Amino acid sequence: MKKKKSISYAKWGYIFILPFFITFLIFSLIPLVDTVRYSFYEYYRSGIKEIGPNFIGIANYLSLLKSDMVKYSVNTLILWVIGFVPQIVIALVLACWFTDARLKIHGQQFFKVVIYLPNLIMASAFALLFFTMFSTNGPINSILMSLGWVKKPIDFLGSVIGTRSLVGFMNFLMWFGNTTIMLMAAVMGISMDIFEASELDGCNSIKRFFYITLPLIRPILAYTLITSIIGGLQMFDVPQILTNGQGNPDRTSMTLIMFLNSHLKSKNYGMAGALSVYLFIVSGILCMIVYKMTNDTDPDGSKKAAKKKAKEERRRR
Amino acid sequence: MKSNTSGRVRSIFVHLVLIFLSFLCLFFFYILIVNATRSHADLQKGFSALPGKYFLENLKNVANDGSFPMFRGILNSVVVSSCSAALCTYFSSLTAYGLYAYDFKMKKAAFTFIMAILVMPTQVTAMGFLRLITKMGMYDSLLPLIIPSIASPAVFYFMYSYLQSSLPLSLVEAARIDGSGEFRTFNSIVLPIMKPAVAVQAIFTFVGSWNNYFVPALIIQSKSKMTVPILIATLRGADYMNFDMGKIYMMITVAIVPIIIVYLLLSKYIIAGVTLGGVKE
Amino acid sequence: MKKKALAVLLTASVIAGTMGGTATIVHADEEGKVINIYSWNDEFRQRLEAVYPEVKETSKDGTVTTLKDGTEIHWIINPNQDGVYQQKLDEALMNQADASADDKVDIFLSETDYVYKYTDAAADVAMPLKDLGIDPDKDLADQYDFTKTTASDADGVQRGSTWQCCPGLLVYRRDIAKDVFGTDDPEEVGKKMKDWDTAKATAEELKAKGYYTFASYADTFRLYGNSISQPWVEDGATTVNVDQQVMNWIKDSKEWLDAGYLNKTVKGQWNDDWNKAMGSESKVFAFLFPAWGIDFTLKPNWDGEDGAWAVTNPPQEYNWGGSYIHAATGTDNPEHAKDIILALTGNKDNLLKISKDYSDFTNTKSGMQEVAKDDTFASDFLGGQNPFTYFSPVAENIKIAPLSAYDQGCVELIQNAFSDYFQGQVDYDKAKSNFETAIKERYPEIQEVNWAE
Repeated sequence: MKKKKSISYAKWGYIFILPFFITFLIFSLIPLVDTVRYSFYEYYRSGIKEIGPNFIGIANYLSLLKSDMVKYSVNTLILWVIGFVPQIVIALVLACWFTDARLKIHGQQFFKVVIYLPNLIMASAFALLFFTMFSTNGPINSILMSLGWVKKPIDFLGSVIGTRSLVGFMNFLMWFGNTTIMLMAAVMGISMDIFEASELDGCNSIKRFFYITLPLIRPILAYTLITSIIGGLQMFDVPQILTNGQGNPDRTSMTLIMFLNSHLKSKNYGMAGALSVYLFIVSGILCMIVYKMTNDTDPDGSKKAAKKKAKEERRRR
Repeated sequence: MKSNTSGRVRSIFVHLVLIFLSFLCLFFFYILIVNATRSHADLQKGFSALPGKYFLENLKNVANDGSFPMFRGILNSVVVSSCSAALCTYFSSLTAYGLYAYDFKMKKAAFTFIMAILVMPTQVTAMGFLRLITKMGMYDSLLPLIIPSIASPAVFYFMYSYLQSSLPLSLVEAARIDGSGEFRTFNSIVLPIMKPAVAVQAIFTFVGSWNNYFVPALIIQSKSKMTVPILIATLRGADYMNFDMGKIYMMITVAIVPIIIVYLLLSKYIIAGVTLGGVKE
Repeated sequence: MKKKALAVLLTASVIAGTMGGTATIVHADEEGKVINIYSWNDEFRQRLEAVYPEVKETSKDGTVTTLKDGTEIHWIINPNQDGVYQQKLDEALMNQADASADDKVDIFLSETDYVYKYTDAAADVAMPLKDLGIDPDKDLADQYDFTKTTASDADGVQRGSTWQCCPGLLVYRRDIAKDVFGTDDPEEVGKKMKDWDTAKATAEELKAKGYYTFASYADTFRLYGNSISQPWVEDGATTVNVDQQVMNWIKDSKEWLDAGYLNKTVKGQWNDDWNKAMGSESKVFAFLFPAWGIDFTLKPNWDGEDGAWAVTNPPQEYNWGGSYIHAATGTDNPEHAKDIILALTGNKDNLLKISKDYSDFTNTKSGMQEVAKDDTFASDFLGGQNPFTYFSPVAENIKIAPLSAYDQGCVELIQNAFSDYFQGQVDYDKAKSNFETAIKERYPEIQEVNWAE
């Protein structure tokens, strides 16, 4: 009886999901196919003259392998690690604090609102602000000097470490609030009974964190990690604006998407296409990992957090 | 007694850390606003923690600069972001409901497909997207910034999980027995139930769209259609004639004020909403 | 699609080319109602408002100027940096054939760095002046010759014209000169800067008193870069030639920076640090600027009293910048375009007015000679000095370096690649290979880079 009913409503299922698929087909799938096609062509603009498209097989792919693409991947990885490690550590600690009922935090609402604030600013404006603040004669240096902490202005953007740390710091600042809220949700999903039981057994808060909280939110942590990797893979605005699109010094802060962007800027459709395909393959692999993880882990808690993290991910674009 | 003092020490420590982090978060906003109140010459002399007197002057400059139509840009951004948020949340809910409440042959395949495209980077299809838009005659229009948001796999996933936890199918059955059409059931019964999820996603989509730089930078050509992030970026590249740092800071301030106001007004929903999922079940 | 547009564009231009002068007459009585002018700032608009007699009024936000005959000029302003201006202009020019009359580009501006990209005969996006009805030999006879060469294609057909001519000078702080040399007299300071060797000795003197000679290594680039003997890229070639002069710049810049003659914290130009180096707190003695640089860059960044600066001859003659006006192929307003080009670049009275109002060094040989002797052109900012006295001889001696369509990218990227080397981030060979990588990325057709030496 029931089954019969569902069958008769089946067409509504199709109708309801149709807009989504049509939109995806037009605006994502067609461009994707197009991009892949041109990756096999020599196709760019010289001055205001267009060259190509001429079919050249996998030449674009080969020349990319010979280029510094691998180096830029490493850059991307390093920049991501610098930002992600403090982000996850601080977020974990804060999430525990905020959810610890015994720890009476005054103005909790205020702190929760404030830590999320940097996430609202567009990365480009934030980077622009950082650029001015950390310039050699900028306010940060004047403050440091007037406090007497440094004698000579620090050339933040002139050194590899300085530039990379700034990018990492910015990413940290922009995302730690977000991650905190994610993890907080996960911790709150843990049953109060477990905490109470542990308390009776004489667990202190550090033990409780390592033996109870951490294992129980592990799936979400894993998800945070994966989605953040993908966010890192797409890192663009911050280093682009901070280094004026050059990835200075010595191209050590050039990320993959910045590399892609420089091809797009010179209207090199062929090369940019090939690079996109590489990127697609990498994110495809990561995507499989994500999919596996969300499927393997316990169906309730993790999925909840996963979906929340996922939408955060969207915002990162 | 002992645990009480250690608890107090810990509490003080926690508060200090939180205050420090909040300071970091707010510090940049403060500098931005202070700088927006100072003239270019003031800024030249170096940093000062006290606001200057050029707030109105800078604001006037920003408002009257035809080559960087900031207020027009804010209007464009508001239009694009609100439409995106509306379309995105509505159609994602619809898709989620379609996959959740009905049984059909392709159901599993469709779900797997959406999960598979969840993490595809936008940049990968950027060039093809640009060419497609040009061919469709939508180059330099706001439509391509809005319409694609109908297909947002991540929002869909959120909605789907939400439905799983909060919409009993018996409710749908009941509505059918009452003679409600499928669309009506969705609009008048399912949507209201999904309100919290919709609210959260609407805010996130709005902010995401407001801050989107990559796609608009590809698509938008004319000044009158530029959104805020593009204006900010072109501002950075402004040449010597426009070189007035006070004005630049003011422009950034003007650009982020609306979104901060929206956030502060809705922050309760955002935090409560995000936390919502975890508490449920 | 774009390919098709280009084909149409080419066909259209071939037709226009064969029809020659008559084409303009055919269109003359059906001038469009909207003139679209592409530029990167207000500079051109202000000058047009000042001297073009047909101007009635400009809207408050500066986007529309109405002429007396009711025609509207629409200003399409995009910033120069990051290539935004050219990107947008290119897009518009490629769609020129398909665009409706009121959307067509009618006039656009270009800078010396990339003027060649647009005057290229094969691209044919800028109309030959002859086709507009302007005879460069007669109508523009009083212009400096190098500006005419700059705006011509490889066959010598002039496709653009400029109102300004940008001989560069050395602008220095009088107080620092007095402190170090005991005098701020331009003659005396000029002697101390008469060539690079002398300048180096002077730099040592300045350093001893705690001053920097120049702010950044980028400041001196134009002096070297302007005297290259071969173009960066030969016509049709796929090789970038890094000229001996550029190599000299690299060598000297490194030496100067290491010796402490330049301010290490200022990296390149057009950034916050560079602007601050022009403020009263700065220890930088001099900048190398043409007339526009003094007016638009130095003046707004100077926070002290007027009269603190003075000009004198640079160690090497050079030219920096210059905005060229082009009529876009396919314009529906050829008469207006002709009128505007003549009014702004071929009319001595107008040019002198621009010099007076905006301190531009304008493109009139006879006019500039008169001005050099005219005390009413003295500048308060320069403490009553008449800068034209110094500009004029430089202008007459400028030999414009051979241009190519790749100049802008080459100039920008070589400075960028070697700035890491100057600061000790990378070694010399790494900087070289970084430049090679970057230039091939920017221009996919470039195959190799030839380094002098």
